[in-house]
Amino acid sequence: MRKDIILAGVGGQGILTIATIIAQSALKAGFNVRQPEIHGMSQRGGAVEAHLRLSSEPIFSDLIAHGTADLIIALEPMEALRHLDSLAADGVVIANKKPITNIADYPPVEDIIAEINAIPGSKVIDADGIAASLGNARSMNIVLLGAATPFLGIDSQILKETIVGLFQRKGQDVVDANIKAFEAVAK
Amino acid sequence: MKKILLGDEAFAQGALDAGLSGCYAYPGTPSTEIMEYIQGSALAKERGVHREWSSNEKTAMEEALGVSYAGKRAIVCMKHVGLNVAGDGFVNAAVTGTNGGLIVAVADDPSMHSSQNEQDSRAYAQFAMIPCLEPSSQQEAYDMAAFAFDLSEKHQTPVMMRLTTRLSHSRANIETKDVPAPQNERREPENPRRFILLPAIAKNNVKKLCEKQADFVKLSENSNFNKLVWGNDTSLGIVATGIAYNYVMEAFGGDCPHPVLKISQYPVPKAQLAKLMGACDKIMVVEEGAPFVESQLRTPLEDARILGRLTGALPRTGELNPYIVAKAFKLDVPEPRPIPELVKNRPPRLCDGCPHINTYQALTEALKGYDSAKVFGDIGCYTLGALPPFNAISSCVDMGASITMAKGASDAGIHPAVAVIGDSTFTHSGMTGILDAVWENSKITVMILDNGTTGMTGGQTSIGAGFLERICQGLGVDPDHIKSIVPLPKNHEENVKTIKAELDYPGLSVIVSKRECIQTLKKKK
Repeated sequence: MRKDIILAGVGGQGILTIATIIAQSALKAGFNVRQPEIHGMSQRGGAVEAHLRLSSEPIFSDLIAHGTADLIIALEPMEALRHLDSLAADGVVIANKKPITNIADYPPVEDIIAEINAIPGSKVIDADGIAASLGNARSMNIVLLGAATPFLGIDSQILKETIVGLFQRKGQDVVDANIKAFEAVAK
Repeated sequence: MKKILLGDEAFAQGALDAGLSGCYAYPGTPSTEIMEYIQGSALAKERGVHREWSSNEKTAMEEALGVSYAGKRAIVCMKHVGLNVAGDGFVNAAVTGTNGGLIVAVADDPSMHSSQNEQDSRAYAQFAMIPCLEPSSQQEAYDMAAFAFDLSEKHQTPVMMRLTTRLSHSRANIETKDVPAPQNERREPENPRRFILLPAIAKNNVKKLCEKQADFVKLSENSNFNKLVWGNDTSLGIVATGIAYNYVMEAFGGDCPHPVLKISQYPVPKAQLAKLMGACDKIMVVEEGAPFVESQLRTPLEDARILGRLTGALPRTGELNPYIVAKAFKLDVPEPRPIPELVKNRPPRLCDGCPHINTYQALTEALKGYDSAKVFGDIGCYTLGALPPFNAISSCVDMGASITMAKGASDAGIHPAVAVIGDSTFTHSGMTGILDAVWENSKITVMILDNGTTGMTGGQTSIGAGFLERICQGLGVDPDHIKSIVPLPKNHEENVKTIKAELDYPGLSVIVSKRECIQTLKKKK
């Protein structure tokens, strides 16, 4: 088993949280893990990315080579397209629908969605809408993680256990809300 | 134990498990997480490991040397440009030598994700004539800590640990020891006079340091971190250092037909290099950072058959990645898809509600009407004031340079000359500049943006935050020209007036603009 995943979004959206959940789950599932991410200046409202490599074999490079990623998980639609150069010929994109238009020249959202939909197997999901309808708008990233789960090659039960472990110290309500968010798309 | 850790954290855990007594550091991307990990470690707490931030990298370096003098194990951590600040202590610590193990951990930032340059710290280690370790994996970062402490104590030398962004900030699963080694007892140096660098003693020390160099090469040649893996196709030999080795292995799918020399310990292992260069027609040097090894191989007689960053086989600047490296070997790799043209840049920006926004708004308005005004910036979130919509600063060079450049510009006739500097940057390297300006009563206006934290790196302790006015008074700034403002929209008119009045004052004034960082405020909620 080997999965190369790009996580993309805007600083503050919760990319690193889902990167942590997948990485810890992969470790529990017995895979080797490499997960490079960006800290520091570029985190301030700018474009943020993390790579995530899972493999039953040893992994050499922390970074994913261009044109070889199996999956892009994007918390923001335009950020999905920013990393298309990483995506393999048969790779897919799972992207959140809601744009973050904190720049002056943000392109028309319909054009962005059309570009994503043109990639076979890809999905655009209204993760913000689903999270809000569940009464916990902040769990948008977990909704998207749930949507991407069929592509991860990790048992969803393990991912759930990791989510429980991660949010436990914030109380049972937060745990329940995040599990609900995780299961929202699958159901 | 199995753990999943960042490269920075793996090194920190390695140091703790090797009996660390003190960690000293100033925050700087990508090195910050070393100290943060130790601050959060139960073992560090239980053992009373020193884990407070220092004022700057120089004070951190010297404090760590003091721990080493007392016979205990210390690490000092910084980003690459921080080593310039610590440079005096660093180079001279090689001359005094160490007592307890001392590791200087420096995280380089090739491609300058969060930095002003991409200097390569391996050159600093060579300059100071000390061994340098460059891990290629998080596991090596862990293992090297104990190794480096032993090496440091046995050979009485500081050891550099050179990390790079993509290792520092990448997580991996690693194996750690179940039982940490004990800490050293306090133990005076056997020859304490070697720490007194009077010329008579220093001359002897420098001679001894030179004599150690042959030993250091032997250590590299026998190191488990360096390895020569033979391949049958000797038309090309490969030298790959640190994480560049991973990219080479990735490119060849773990099965390289050419001989590969992996280097993770310096000085360079001469015997292995000689064997590789003797057997192969051409040599490709792949390294993350400057062409450091490549330059050493590129003697006049060998120049034509050495390939690397200096020949264009690899890019001269910037970090490597598996695609660039595969291309350099002309391997057949998937071509990247084009990125649609509609994708626009999304540069970093000041957070909504950031106090710096209000400070820049007030400053910009106060400066209206002065044709020749210049604002000299500094290192921190407020450097983002260089970007639209503010376009508010003319320079950003190094920690503290706002004040001293403003003073020099004022000396040369620029008026008003304004410095904009954050609280942590001010106590890092701004205070001495103020002294210069006090001595000459320079006509500059210094704005200290006190948000109570070291914001850019994620909200670490800022030692002088909250009492900067008193520091400035102590440095001799006229109390009548030390002003405080609160950068909020409702205070805008008043703040503009305060700034304007000080711009017109023909002498040194300091305006402290004080409001907490919106990020640290949010975290408290």
